[in-house]
Amino acid sequence: MQHRYIPMTEEDKKAMLKTVGVDSTDDLFADIPEEVRYNGDLNIKPAKSEYELKKELAELANQNVNLQTHTSFLGAGVYQHYIPSIVDHVISRSEFYTAYTPYQPEISQGELQAIFEFQTLISELTGMDVANSSMYDGGTALAEAVNLSAGQTRKKKVLVSKAVHPESMEVIKTYAKGPGLDIVEIDVKDGLTDLSQLEAELDEDTASVVLQYPNFLGQVEPLQEVNELLANQKKTMMVVSSNPLALGYLTPPGEFGADIVVGEAQVFGIPAQYGGPHCGYFATTKKLMRKVPGRLVGQTVDEEGQRGFVLTLQAREQHIRRDKATSNICSNQALNALASSVAMTALGKHGVKDMAILNMKKARYAKKKAEDTGLEVVYSGPFFNEFVVNVKGDVASINKQLLDKGFIGGFDLGKVSDDWKNHMLMAVTEIRTKDEIDQFVKELGDING
Amino acid sequence: MANLKDFPVIFELSKEGRKGYSLPELDVPDIDVDQEFDDAYIRKENPDLPEVSELQIMRHYTALSTRNHGVDSGFYPLGSCTMKYNPKINEDVARFPGFSQIHPYQEENTVQGALGLMYDLQTTLAEITGMDEVTLQPAAGAQGEWTGLMMIRAFHEENGDYNRTKVIVPDSAHGTNPASATVAGFEAVTVKSDERGLVDLEDLKRVVDEDVAALMLTNPNTLGLFEEHIVEMANIVHEAGGRLYYDGANLNAIMGYARPSDMGFDVVHLNLHKTFTGPHGGGGPGSGPVGVTKEMAKFLPKPVLTTDGDQYYFDHDRPHSIGRVKPYYGNFGINVRAYTYIRSMGPDGLKQVSENAVLNANYMMRRLEEEYELPFKQHCKHEFVLSGKNQKKLGARTLDIAKRLLDFGYHPPTIYFPLNVEEAMMVEPTETESKETLDEFIDAMIQISNEAKDDPEIIQEAPHTTVISRLDETQAARKPVLRYYKNEE
Repeated sequence: MQHRYIPMTEEDKKAMLKTVGVDSTDDLFADIPEEVRYNGDLNIKPAKSEYELKKELAELANQNVNLQTHTSFLGAGVYQHYIPSIVDHVISRSEFYTAYTPYQPEISQGELQAIFEFQTLISELTGMDVANSSMYDGGTALAEAVNLSAGQTRKKKVLVSKAVHPESMEVIKTYAKGPGLDIVEIDVKDGLTDLSQLEAELDEDTASVVLQYPNFLGQVEPLQEVNELLANQKKTMMVVSSNPLALGYLTPPGEFGADIVVGEAQVFGIPAQYGGPHCGYFATTKKLMRKVPGRLVGQTVDEEGQRGFVLTLQAREQHIRRDKATSNICSNQALNALASSVAMTALGKHGVKDMAILNMKKARYAKKKAEDTGLEVVYSGPFFNEFVVNVKGDVASINKQLLDKGFIGGFDLGKVSDDWKNHMLMAVTEIRTKDEIDQFVKELGDING
Repeated sequence: MANLKDFPVIFELSKEGRKGYSLPELDVPDIDVDQEFDDAYIRKENPDLPEVSELQIMRHYTALSTRNHGVDSGFYPLGSCTMKYNPKINEDVARFPGFSQIHPYQEENTVQGALGLMYDLQTTLAEITGMDEVTLQPAAGAQGEWTGLMMIRAFHEENGDYNRTKVIVPDSAHGTNPASATVAGFEAVTVKSDERGLVDLEDLKRVVDEDVAALMLTNPNTLGLFEEHIVEMANIVHEAGGRLYYDGANLNAIMGYARPSDMGFDVVHLNLHKTFTGPHGGGGPGSGPVGVTKEMAKFLPKPVLTTDGDQYYFDHDRPHSIGRVKPYYGNFGINVRAYTYIRSMGPDGLKQVSENAVLNANYMMRRLEEEYELPFKQHCKHEFVLSGKNQKKLGARTLDIAKRLLDFGYHPPTIYFPLNVEEAMMVEPTETESKETLDEFIDAMIQISNEAKDDPEIIQEAPHTTVISRLDETQAARKPVLRYYKNEE
């Protein structure tokens, strides 16, 4: 049967077989030994027509509660933000999304320049010298940063705050197995990394200290004090995972001496889509520029002196260095980096700060409202757009009741640690209205009793 | 100063006071957030992002898109990348709010539709590869490779086998293979190819010993040739206690004709952005599911998506798991596209995909071998490798030929890879291209070969028609400029 994606006709086939000099296409598979040839029919669902399939999958999609059917206060690393309409229109240009890695710069200037602009936007936001073309996500970017710090310092011990995203922590541990790193977890005290424990563990064998800013609980880590602690261990690197939206308001980690700043650009233009694909970023100092994992785009000139862009410093990468490469990353998240670039560009010099502050103001309103309602907000320090509420009873069952009222409740911190049982992490972004916040807090207060 | 002809970067369009965004209004009582913070933590200067209007942004990126070649722009026979058509229904389905607007921390009972799709995709990929279980967690092919190798490592360690330090890769292998081996803590050891482009069995026997953890292989290999001795190779490795890793980069050649499990592979990764039409996106995002045999299943990254017959759920209680390789549950949006594609094709359609991909490649190979050196003469699978060494003697290197192809509106083949073929050109047409397109490309290649004989300069100076001529890559690497600076001299 002729399929719409396959243009070969019977007549084509006949002519082509003749040119090849065989009677049938089966002859072209004769080199597959009999004993491993598959002679069955794959037991998978039969093909459906375009209309029928779309209908079926729409019905499947409709089974899911989603961020449009319900009002969400769920964040914990993935956030619902304003996405300018132009974002999807740009990334739907098929010249972008049907291209691959720009190996031929003369016909890939669009993609290369878009990446160059992404690198610039991220450098600006993080306060770092250079940024790469993107990583899979914030979690693997952080794990790659840890491995880079160990490789660069030739040290094996890494201190990771328990206030980094728990799934990033898990990924760090998996990535650390290859090079055999010693991951030491630093406790959380009053919502912040316990700096006295960090200081006690910090020694000359420490490759890096790893923090999240703002951290997983929404609190703003005192990076200045961390930097002061590191003054005595000059070789130890400071690795920071940062929500880039928060950096519209907060002093960027680069100014506190961070050596590597990574994070998740999902906040800029990328929908939640069940956790992926999102877009990791990786920014660092000039000193580490030649050690960065992944692709880098650099500016140069063509034969006429015209400005152009190419993939550069490729000697770092797997396809050149092979087994000497320090990272194996090949594909990255280019299209999502483009989406983030469009969103960051639309927000521009003032919009990122405006949006960050709007998040902070609405989150503070929600926090005050919660406190006024009698809910216990557990940390009192500076925070970004998330805070923790200690509830009476199991968060999962509370969320179930909230769902019936049309809300997706906050993150159940009890899933991470027993210490945080009955604690809900609430995210309030710029898109939540006063009415939504009022109603949500009222329902939560009612359930909490 | 910027050259006047230079195409502007977005920062050069910026003008103080312009705006490209529209934020919700502040509908809660205004407060001064600065009060709460120590002054050191309040950013003093805004990041220097552009100030541009919405139309300026749209025009900028539209113009950039016209400076980019995609599959929808024209033929893209980039070997080993499977640049096939990206169906538009995939894009529509991935954007359904029920798929794009769901949060990974929603309760499982609120996302049963998404989990059902993922589970069905796992099962379907297991059937296509013949493996017992599949994880969708890895973000891309290279991450899948590393995930698979970490599982093999865990397997050996569980057997008390701590001395298996070597991972064998053919000299024709993709660079990610040895790099993944290193990142997983192994030493990569190369096995040679023989004169027919296949793994040299004698050399394989030489490098396989009690230290071998795994052999990594694509089959068909990167030369587009089926490793005919796969059964014997599997036996050599298995008898030494090693495991076989299948790099699924080239699965497009064999769907419905052969399955990695039947060839003896223990671990398989797939590139859903190649065979299963996840768009390449200018370099990603991809998706790199990994399939394993029963003996390996307990090492799968956690959590594992499963079902009790009533509900789909994630099993976190996996004591032997290598751990998590990626936050959340993989690149779901890409997995939705791949699933949509598979459901559009069905079992017969997928077999037809491989049949036509292989016929297209063989047709091109036979026509082109009249003008270009073909180092390996047997039938190929979905791709083939030519050598430009005869043209090089005439002054037209493979790089030049690639640049000349740009003038004809084509993306060139993969060049200088694999490493074991001089002046290599690796051509992968895919099944979605018509005979007319193949013929036109072949004619262009023949014309270029004739130019090499008569007028090599036209090739050496190519491209002639692109928006930019050849770029100075040496300067780019020697004095790296990796971001835009406003007051650039």
